[in-house]
Amino acid sequence: MTKRNKTLFTAVVLAAALAASLLVDAFLPSYHIAVQVIQKATVYALVAVSMNLLNGFTGLFSLGQAGFMLLGAYAYGVLTIPVDKRASVYQYFDGGAIHFSIPEIFSGVLGETVGTTVGMLAALLVGGLLAALLAYLIGLPVLRLKSDYLAIATLGFAEILRAFFQWNALGPITNGSNLLKSYPTFSHVTPYVVLAGVMIAFIVLLINSTYGRAFKAIRDDEVAAEAMGINLSRHKRMAFVISSFFAGIGGGMMAMYMGTIAAAPFKSSLTYEILLIVVIGGIGSITGSVIASFLYIFSSEWLLRGLDSGTFLGINAPDIFKNGFRMAVFSVIIMVIVLFFRRGLMGDKELPDLPDMIRNGIRKLRAPRRRKEAGK
Amino acid sequence: MQEILPYLINGVSVGGQYALIAIGYTLVYGILRLINFAHGDVFMVAGLVMVYTTTALPMYVALPLVLIATVVLGFVIERVAYKPLRTAPRMSLMISAIGVSYLIQNLAFYITGGVPQPVTVPIPWISENVLLFGQSTKRVTLVTPVLTILLVVGLVYLINHTRMGMAMRAAAKDFETAQLMGIKINAVISVTFVIGSFLAAVGALLYFTNYPSVGITSGAMPGLKAFVAAVFGGIGSIPGAVVGAFIIGLCEELIKGLGYTTFSDAFTFALLIVVLCVRPTGLFGEKVTDKV
Repeated sequence: MTKRNKTLFTAVVLAAALAASLLVDAFLPSYHIAVQVIQKATVYALVAVSMNLLNGFTGLFSLGQAGFMLLGAYAYGVLTIPVDKRASVYQYFDGGAIHFSIPEIFSGVLGETVGTTVGMLAALLVGGLLAALLAYLIGLPVLRLKSDYLAIATLGFAEILRAFFQWNALGPITNGSNLLKSYPTFSHVTPYVVLAGVMIAFIVLLINSTYGRAFKAIRDDEVAAEAMGINLSRHKRMAFVISSFFAGIGGGMMAMYMGTIAAAPFKSSLTYEILLIVVIGGIGSITGSVIASFLYIFSSEWLLRGLDSGTFLGINAPDIFKNGFRMAVFSVIIMVIVLFFRRGLMGDKELPDLPDMIRNGIRKLRAPRRRKEAGK
Repeated sequence: MQEILPYLINGVSVGGQYALIAIGYTLVYGILRLINFAHGDVFMVAGLVMVYTTTALPMYVALPLVLIATVVLGFVIERVAYKPLRTAPRMSLMISAIGVSYLIQNLAFYITGGVPQPVTVPIPWISENVLLFGQSTKRVTLVTPVLTILLVVGLVYLINHTRMGMAMRAAAKDFETAQLMGIKINAVISVTFVIGSFLAAVGALLYFTNYPSVGITSGAMPGLKAFVAAVFGGIGSIPGAVVGAFIIGLCEELIKGLGYTTFSDAFTFALLIVVLCVRPTGLFGEKVTDKV
């Protein structure tokens, strides 16, 4: 396919995705499972892409994603809870230490609807920036470490962060081990799709820039990259900070989706889940991460629900299809992909390559048959 | 002193249990350069098997069965999930390990229904209470350090004075050359996993005697802490792992004693990061230089 056709194809797919999300909003109520699934999948897609930027494109095996998401989620919640609800949310901490709410400040200037939206976006941004700042500080010591040591150190930082957020002494801000709630959220899918889409587009642009090429060079051969004049520590730090920024924003969106914030869901198992999504999609493919997130969330939240509740594909066997079977099946599929299809769904191909991949796939499927016929 | 004493005693006991897990990490890392993320879950499975077998069978059948089941599990994990990736990049191996951990936890969730399984029939004798320096404690707290040290001495003998031990040392030094010298590398790796799982099973028997129940994530934290202990002591070094584990166990319990329970886990990771940054080879590790 020519370059022009590829661009056209990409544009059509993106427009179709936007149109689909507008349609969903127009026809489905916000409590419909499709709405929930799409919201969760866009959040996962954004975080998976941010992780792929680090693990797939820069070759830094980091497992700190959940920690940065936690920071983003808490920043969003703390800054957006309306002032008059703070007394009930922070009931054990005397109404908390913060007595303003960003969306309310903005709606005072810009009017109710616009102001609230701008305020929510600003709070997301603050979450992202905080995550980026923390990543910068953590990166100073940690990024000198190699592969698996880096993984375990970032994992450790995420756990330390979680302990701090549950600490009672910080309760006036984080509400200790109690939930944060009553903050404003988007109830439609389009804001999620557009937000995540714009963020992912940023990452794609970054990867296609000179910085992106430097990242890939570091991934492929650190020593050679350094010999070519790439400043290793600067580029590694940059990838780490940018990835954490988007993880922070993803965390804020996750908070919107969940409706309440606690430190418990942001355990290392969340990071593992996202890492496995990246692997399913193909390490080094943005499109793969997005597709895998949607597939993963769609099937685990919706399609395979029956595996947990007794009836699946019309087969009624409550003894086998009981609570937890879905995830067991899922993890077996993941192991098969990890062991036998190591390139994942997309390998290192992207959206514009998709038509060519499908065409080649069909040709390959046909080819052995033709050979057999010739043999006869 | 009287207030701190119970925490000290507990610390030594917990340290011993971490040591038994940490050896599994350090042995595997020494040979495969792999953080076996599934090791903590193997430990958890040993605990679950203990709960199930001790309620159904007499103790003298149940306990050997726990050891055998865990060893088989460790062996199977290595054969199925790590052996096919021998030539793959290290990142794939680590992802596979994370996948196995995820699989074991989800299977355990399916089997237990997500409910922590109560330890209804604790192992007799070691779960009895005894008086120590005027403090009441379970006998397991005294047994653990002694048993740990005995097992470690046995293991060190095995590694330094037997043919298999020599093969293991050779494989840890240089994987490919060892293979060229006629060492059956797959057998050596299997033995490593068997030893690691066996010690983890012993650790689980001791650890869960002190706990009311076994949940599906019970293995994750002890697993990570044992790994930190292995890094702290210098990964690849058995005495290092043991010393590291005892230090971490003691520090953790002391922090709990001082009233900062929220930070007892965080401390371990903080220690890890400090060690990695200041002395990445740990207390007893050998210095490694990277070749281009």
